[in-house]
Amino acid sequence: MSDERLAVAKTYKLYIGGKFPRSESGRSYPVVDHRGAFLANASQASRKDAREAVAAARKAFPGWSAATAYNRGQVLYRVAEMLEGRRDQFIHEVMDAEGVAQRRAQLLVDTAIDRWVWYAGWTDKLATVLGGANPVAGPYFNFSVPEPTGVVAVLAPQVSSLLGLVSVIAPVIAGGNTCVVVAGQNRPLPSVTLSEVLATSDLPGGVLNVLTGRTAELAPWLAAHAEVNALDLCGAPESLRRDLEVTAAGTVKRVLRAPVAEPEWTITPDIRRLRALLELKTVWHPVGT
Amino acid sequence: MTFEYAPAPESRDIAALKPSYRMFLDGEFVEGTGEPLKTLNPATEEVLTEVSTASIADVDKAVKAAHRAYDRVWSRMPGSERAKYLFRIARMIQERSRELAVLETLDNGKPIKESRDVDVPLAAAHFFHHAGWADKLAYAGYGPDPRPLGVAAQVIPWNFPLLMAAWKIAPALACGNTVVLKPAETTPLTALVLAEICQQADLPPGVVNILPGAGEIGAELVAHPEVHKVAFTGSTEVGKQIQETVAGTAKKLTLELGGKAANIVFDDAALDQAVEGIVNGIFFNQGHVCCAGSRLLVQESIAEELLERLQARIGTLRVGDPMDKNTDVGAINSAAQLARIRELTEIGDAEGAVRWTSSCPLPDKGYFFAPTVFSEVQQAMRIAQEEIFGPVLSVLTFRTPEEAIKKANNTPYGLSAGVWSEKGSRILWATQQLRAGVVWANTFNRFDPVSPFGGYQESGFGREGGRAGLEAYLNV
Repeated sequence: MSDERLAVAKTYKLYIGGKFPRSESGRSYPVVDHRGAFLANASQASRKDAREAVAAARKAFPGWSAATAYNRGQVLYRVAEMLEGRRDQFIHEVMDAEGVAQRRAQLLVDTAIDRWVWYAGWTDKLATVLGGANPVAGPYFNFSVPEPTGVVAVLAPQVSSLLGLVSVIAPVIAGGNTCVVVAGQNRPLPSVTLSEVLATSDLPGGVLNVLTGRTAELAPWLAAHAEVNALDLCGAPESLRRDLEVTAAGTVKRVLRAPVAEPEWTITPDIRRLRALLELKTVWHPVGT
Repeated sequence: MTFEYAPAPESRDIAALKPSYRMFLDGEFVEGTGEPLKTLNPATEEVLTEVSTASIADVDKAVKAAHRAYDRVWSRMPGSERAKYLFRIARMIQERSRELAVLETLDNGKPIKESRDVDVPLAAAHFFHHAGWADKLAYAGYGPDPRPLGVAAQVIPWNFPLLMAAWKIAPALACGNTVVLKPAETTPLTALVLAEICQQADLPPGVVNILPGAGEIGAELVAHPEVHKVAFTGSTEVGKQIQETVAGTAKKLTLELGGKAANIVFDDAALDQAVEGIVNGIFFNQGHVCCAGSRLLVQESIAEELLERLQARIGTLRVGDPMDKNTDVGAINSAAQLARIRELTEIGDAEGAVRWTSSCPLPDKGYFFAPTVFSEVQQAMRIAQEEIFGPVLSVLTFRTPEEAIKKANNTPYGLSAGVWSEKGSRILWATQQLRAGVVWANTFNRFDPVSPFGGYQESGFGREGGRAGLEAYLNV
């Protein structure tokens, strides 16, 4: 940072429907670094913001779920490209947010970039790996294909501000779902910068919507919302997890339970997250002359 | 033209009905300590037999027995050995198929031709298919050594009593789990004969436990802390309660719930085939089918003609004695279900839909409901939104394919759907657009153990059947 000039500080906002609004509530909350020093004010999203985000995700679902797997793969790869270009910025933000040393921050950012690439490569393999033809005992052609579950609400990890976030949202959209994610409450700034990456990655507006604010305030509305088809409790406060799952039962949501402790996100994932957010559709047709 | 048929009744003696049945716990038939229940023949309202039921204490005993069997025997047994037990069970179901079919028809009320040709053969096929998986799980796509979960608590409905037991037990056992299963209150008998088959097959004690009882026993079972897996087939209402119960635990859950399937007929459909498919879609098993084609969506230009042909065909359905091999539509399973069907159809009248009822004669005794078609149904009507679970079809019309899809998808459910068209591209397009787990194109109500079955949205989650169905019983 130059000594001569005052840096232009960024305003951190929400990301809903491809746009960057402030919270309709007008609220913000201070975000501090690991030493307690002020970093920035983040938007404190409200119930109404959450509902706007769900509406945007629902609106984006038909287009994104109908996009070809090849197209989705290229968009996810484009996210990796854009992220790579901002690598240094993310390393600094992750160091600030998580208080990790530079080497560790580099590893976390590099792994986050590579994770987008990993999921980008999955989009056009899911149907082959998870679906297929079923040899029924009769004159029918029968096949199964995976389809996206719909709108997925994600409570992002509270510890890993970038890699953890990417690890939970990339599989959602790789499968053709659309997403509303509540960023880690106290470490939200990398998620906002990631939104800027998403906005310039050919990702259609509304496919991924990022809310910052109080997880415990927003989560119950998302768990109850009838337009939300699945709920990932990854970053849910322990005291709320059961209640959120009970609420989700009201509309038979698919629920991804929280891990006992936040996993080591640098390990290459398997396809559980992809599979959990896909529905299998089976089609029958007679065979005959 | 009317065809006259001489009655061709199946013999009741073949069911080998016993004066009383007991629950199956830890390899033995024992007296349950719950209040015994009397199970009726819904076609005659006569008591068939008395069945001892489980108490809360029995649930605990059964779960503990299943646990012991899991720890000491079943989870340690090589898959190839588990497979042989399942193959044995499949064969024994085939050997006793006529007995099972007659017993099923007596207890459930479904026509003998359905229990004989659908329920029992499919139950055997489910065991046969899953038997083969037991030593091939490493090839199922869930990693090199997928592990079982433990004790599976399974609660099943009354519409396909034996078949649902097979759908639940076969994959659970193939994957190395042990089972405590609660059959429906009104239809416990064939599951208890299946227990006898398990015993004859020398299945180790505790691997399968069968506890008859009412809803509260099911609730107790799924809430038991030593259960690792819960599988439920039944109403969306109860499914939601079970999902709430399981919330906050580590139990794996799969739900197969209600439906309100759209059966879409486009103007280029082969009408005679479509009529057969519509009839099969809604009147198979008296419409007591979660995936029944209960909403007919017909393109406006052919609606009048289709409805005419449909009514003519429905008029030929023979409703009555389920034991008669000529019967097409049997008895409604219970007085409670009959009351529910009556209530919803009266609401259909009140909401302004036009009711047509087959003029077929109905027996004097027993729970019967004549095949019924409501036309001029609007989307907001309750008969277009709620599952009736009976022989009642709601007919709606559409003009464009897009409108058909919108209407088809306009329910909280998403279990199944049907498409009728002679145009390949339109069929493939429609099957893509429909938000449902099973789509039948130019056919309806087909089932097979290799074919995954299960819903979208509030029709539940998880699949049963095929490779995909194994996931529900593996720690993956």
